[in-house]
Formats: sequence, C-alpha cells, structure tokens
Amino acid sequence: MIRVQAEDFDLGREMAALTAGNHRIGGLCVFVGLVRDMASGEGIAAMTLEHYPGMTEKMLAKIEAEAKDRWPLEASLIIHRYGRLEPGDQIVLVATASPHREAAFEACHFLIDWLKTQAPFWKLEDKGSGAAWVEARDSDDAAVQRWRKEAPIKDR
Amino acid sequence: MRLLYFAWLRQKTGIGEEEIAPPPEVATVGALLDWLERRGPGFADALADRAAIRVAVNQDYARESDPVKPGDEVALFPPVTGG
Repeated sequence: MIRVQAEDFDLGREMAALTAGNHRIGGLCVFVGLVRDMASGEGIAAMTLEHYPGMTEKMLAKIEAEAKDRWPLEASLIIHRYGRLEPGDQIVLVATASPHREAAFEACHFLIDWLKTQAPFWKLEDKGSGAAWVEARDSDDAAVQRWRKEAPIKDR
Repeated sequence: MRLLYFAWLRQKTGIGEEEIAPPPEVATVGALLDWLERRGPGFADALADRAAIRVAVNQDYARESDPVKPGDEVALFPPVTGG
C-alpha cells in the first residue's frame, strides 16, 4: 500500500491496520525516517519536501511491486510525507510483514534504499544561511547497487 | 508537449509547468534539452550540467537517447533526495 500525504501518521495505528487478522505474519519490520536538526554541521530550522504528483505514486508502486516479487511478503506499506516539516517530524514510513523475519528485514531495507534514489522527492533545507536544496549522495546510490548484485531470496 | 520543472530547475528557469511545441526534429530527450537550452540565459544556466539533471517521460525515467513526441509529459529535475 502506498500513501503520499502532507499529514503526519500514527505508527501504532498503521501497524495494527497492516497486520490485522493476518496470522501468517511472523515478523513485521518498520523503518521511520525523521527530520534531523543538523546538516553539514549547520542547524536546520525546517525542511520542505517537494514531489512530483503522479510519478511519485507510480514509482512507489513499482518499488513495492519489486519488493513483493523478491520476498514473500504478506503486507507492506509506504507512507511518504511532503510539505513543510520540522526537526523531529516523521518524513517516511516503510513497513514489511512476512512469515519470516529475514524477508521482512531485507525487504524493508531494500524499499528504503530504493525509494531514496528513485522516488521523485526533493528536500529544501531552511538553514541559518538561507534555503538550500539537499544534494543527492553517492552513498545512497551505492546502497541501491548492493541490491542489484544480490539474488532474491524468495525461494529460500 | 507538457513540460514540468522541479526543485532548483523550477527556480532557475522560473517555470513550474508549461505547454511547448518544439520543431519536429526535436525527437529525443537529448534534442529537447539542446533546444530548451537555447531558449534563454535561465535555461542555459539550468541545463548547463546535464549530469545533474534527471528526465522523466510520461512519469518514467528516460535517457537522452529516448524518444519524445507531441502529447508527452516531460519532467526535468535534479537527482532525488527523499526518504
């Protein structure tokens, strides 16, 4: 399931809804991204997330389908926020549920790595020295490369 | 053809969204970028570093050699930084 929204989300409520009534689920892995108060040694007052409505949903659905193809998932959820966020605010949630913990862990890790390099979101940081667009990091690309090399574990 | 600009590409071109009708010989992403670059200083500045620009055609990532045609939705943006 994919949601792109300005509103905050309630982790407990989302997890309860995701797993409700499905007793094949043995492991639920969740990643939540938060806004940090520092970037490159400089304080951040707020950040604004811009996205490309339409393509965002399309790419997130594609990423989720890829994860479901690679791992035996019972349920998955991606929530990504946009708009103005402040330090401590939740930005993104990725959750994966599977009969087995390994699949849940790996699929969750895969989804957040993939999302960071493929989903059309851009961060504008409001720093003491003015507003600046966050530059893409090579380490994020390297994180995705790792998943290209590894074989799917669906049949393990 | 519908063009969309995001993040600093929108700021440098001063445009968020526009309808354009490039000449028929503009048939690839690369040719479109070349054509846009000649429209004025804002565009020349925004498109100077091609390695810093990503292009999507009809909401899928595209390369410079991929085709574009009238009616397409083409988006220009920097590498993504969400998550």
